[in-house]
Amino acid sequence: MSSELETASNPENLKRVVIEPVTRVEGHGKVTLLLDENNRVHQARFHIVEFRGFEKFVQGRPFWEVPVMVQRLCGICPVSHNLAACKAMDMIIGAKITPAADKLRRLMHMGQILQSHALHFFHLSSPDLLFGFDSDIGKRNIAGIAESYPDIARQGVALRKFGQEIIRLTTGKRVHGTGAIPGGVNKNLSLEERDYLLKEIDQVIALSQSAVELIKTIYSARTDFHNKFGSYRSSFMSLVRENGAMDLYHGGLRAKDEFNQTIFDHIDYNHYWDYIHEEVKSWSYMKFPFIPSQGRKEGWYRVGPLARINNCDFIPTPLAEKERKAFQEFCGGSATQATLAYHWARMIEMLYAAEVIKELLDDDDLQSDDLLSSGERQLRGVGVIEAPRGTLIHHYRINEDEQIVRANLIVATTHNNQAMNEAVRRVALQYLDGQQISEGLLNHIEVAIRAFDPCLSCATHAIGKMPLEVELFDTGGALIQRLIKDSNGRYRD
Amino acid sequence: MTASLLIFGYGNPSRGDDALGPLLLEKLQELDLSYLELLTDFQLQVEHTLDLQGRERVLFVDASISCSTPYTFSRLIAQKDTSYTSHVMSPMALLHSYIQLYGEPPPSYLLQIQGECFELGKSMSISATANLEASFNLLQKICSKPNLPEWEKFIVV
Repeated sequence: MSSELETASNPENLKRVVIEPVTRVEGHGKVTLLLDENNRVHQARFHIVEFRGFEKFVQGRPFWEVPVMVQRLCGICPVSHNLAACKAMDMIIGAKITPAADKLRRLMHMGQILQSHALHFFHLSSPDLLFGFDSDIGKRNIAGIAESYPDIARQGVALRKFGQEIIRLTTGKRVHGTGAIPGGVNKNLSLEERDYLLKEIDQVIALSQSAVELIKTIYSARTDFHNKFGSYRSSFMSLVRENGAMDLYHGGLRAKDEFNQTIFDHIDYNHYWDYIHEEVKSWSYMKFPFIPSQGRKEGWYRVGPLARINNCDFIPTPLAEKERKAFQEFCGGSATQATLAYHWARMIEMLYAAEVIKELLDDDDLQSDDLLSSGERQLRGVGVIEAPRGTLIHHYRINEDEQIVRANLIVATTHNNQAMNEAVRRVALQYLDGQQISEGLLNHIEVAIRAFDPCLSCATHAIGKMPLEVELFDTGGALIQRLIKDSNGRYRD
Repeated sequence: MTASLLIFGYGNPSRGDDALGPLLLEKLQELDLSYLELLTDFQLQVEHTLDLQGRERVLFVDASISCSTPYTFSRLIAQKDTSYTSHVMSPMALLHSYIQLYGEPPPSYLLQIQGECFELGKSMSISATANLEASFNLLQKICSKPNLPEWEKFIVV
């Protein structure tokens, strides 16, 4: 593993290229490159340019407000934050949640996984994968897919919509509903709602299978290219069940190193801080987590779909497990390290989510009224789930007045911070080093970032009128080239 | 069963006058009109094409800063979105996507209500509150007319 290109030795003599904002990701970020006079890359960094301060402004609030407040972190995965916070609050109120509440939470979580993965693959990434990384930028979006590949667009729309419907019916709203609460959930699923979802579920499973086939076809059409694009070796971390099965809602922490050897396993996440430390760097608002036993420099890791597929011993649903085995066989029988393999892993997980949804819908517990529980109050709670983008940690401490006094959130994108930076550096070296910059080449960097599906802090109503501006400075700091893309997609100097 | 008329109000309730669309639908909900379905969301996305399926008619309701009168009521024409982003869609672009994905969309209209302040955390402006009442009066009249030709008479651009 390597972090070369993080900091140039003589930055004052280099020209700076900025990609801002990084597009087709959730939230706002930018990439800066420092190049010498021959366009050789000396430094590449992926920056998060927003500061949210959620951990600060929940302080002083009553703990039971927090699961609702933290949903506002994100317009795409509010359910994940709601659930992680609720799991932490379950600990604080001493609740062992009922089987019905557990299953209803799992159902809403699988709806979230399904809609988020469909959004990422079909809306954000398929344009790159189907049209090409340096294809016409005007077509590289879901509308372009609808025009050229209407069947694929219909597939994406139907899958995401179904996930959104599960969220609506389990939380009361399409976005920012409040289904899960400390100690359980506040509603069950009526028979009418269940039957409405059951009507569609077989079709959703079939569409998910088709999505796995699609990425498999795309990937294997250029295996060598996809394997090498922005790739490197790293450790992986995820939750797994006691028996090693994939579980996105609950489990123990497992980490494996770059050679697939276990670093730690079945760790109770209630003591995550013994196994995950965070480093602060002056040039980013986002922290850099690492596994201390591996050292500060070498201990970074990846989370998310690829980590989960690589780390689990099996997937407990038949169709997804068959695809996991096929994926592993394709990769030579062990964990793959390819950055773009995230897409394939993500589609296997989407299939898993669809299968779990069907299992849950057939369970009578979803109509139970035994939805809430409580116990002996504690002053600290930790909740961890596998959100669509990876391991999500919520940690709170309260005072005797039931107010939050401390909060620590480690979101998936933070875990992947160093990994995304590494991918940017690999692509910069592979494709931009010594080249004349172009939008297509810069999109290669964005493709590598997109593979992680980062959520760079999400504004629900961030109006999509962000210009893209690339500036090239000479070694003396003078501007020599500027390319501006306006809100209508037009380019000008 | 899918209601024949869909009224879709969109906007962010936390952004001052951007709440006009959802708020108008809240007022309409009190009338308990069984033949129509009311939907709200923060913004339009391609998934909303599925909400249009099986409808006889669709009415979108949105706040607008460029609207020069308290409200406008217009017939929508599908139009390709030429911007680089699909993060948020116009109703015209949504109809264009509908055509690409599912064929001819239902006749669709747009009620735009004039707003002036869309800042996060702001309450609704005085003028927008008045425009909300005016557009509610119009919407009640529109909803009382079931036939398409009668809707056309309400067009004010």
